[in-house]
Amino acid sequence: MPPLARWYIKSAMIYLIAGLLVGAIPPALAIAGPTYVHLLVVGWITQMIFGVAYWMFPKYSAEAPRGGNAVAIATFILLNVGLVLRVVAEPLRAMHPESLPGWLLVVAGIAQAAAALGFALNTWPRVKVR
Amino acid sequence: MPRVSAWFVRAALCHLVLGFVIGGLLLASKGVPLGFDPWPLRPIHIELLLVGWMIQLVMGVAVWIFPRFVLRLKPQRSAVTAWLAFALLNAGVLLVSAGLLAAGRLVEIGAAASFAIHLWGRVSPAGLSDI
Repeated sequence: MPPLARWYIKSAMIYLIAGLLVGAIPPALAIAGPTYVHLLVVGWITQMIFGVAYWMFPKYSAEAPRGGNAVAIATFILLNVGLVLRVVAEPLRAMHPESLPGWLLVVAGIAQAAAALGFALNTWPRVKVR
Repeated sequence: MPRVSAWFVRAALCHLVLGFVIGGLLLASKGVPLGFDPWPLRPIHIELLLVGWMIQLVMGVAVWIFPRFVLRLKPQRSAVTAWLAFALLNAGVLLVSAGLLAAGRLVEIGAAASFAIHLWGRVSPAGLSDI
């Protein structure tokens, strides 16, 4: 399994535990409902899909079996930076709107959307009909 | 991978990007005013990512990797059910996204049924595939 796939899958498992922890604490769930959902749906499920697809989809070429490394690494960083920013900033701003600047959520949104685009661009050429 | 799986996966990737872009707008609007209200797009965000991305990707990969012994017995029917699942699923996502919830869900149920008919016989151990 390539290192980046291991990073994806291990990160996914950490988000799974974090998401279930948030879900197990009713006061946290009340404040951070959307955060809880996205820890599981983006952090766990989507990240696990990204990791396994990066690992197991058909090879792009003999020289670059998993497509562009830079795009793939950027995708991992953007997804996780975006999600962590969201996990921190969204509940804090919900409780105390002046505690953190609002543009942090803009950055979080852009980063995650860019990660989706990066994954699609890197995966598309590996979807081969045989 | 089979052609129908490639279509499933490519459509899933399109839904992923669109769903995340809408999600990014929703999240950004919690931080700064955007000049428009993106919240009416929330049901589309959920539909694109839950059905268009996750369910569709699972279907595409399943059609690709599940055992294929049974396909030799009824190849034409297998192809038809897989393509029908693909067409109905994407039509359902479009209908739900357009606000036609009941019609879209019915079409998606048709997709799920067609997918189940396609895959049912392939869920079998090697050597016991004549169902």
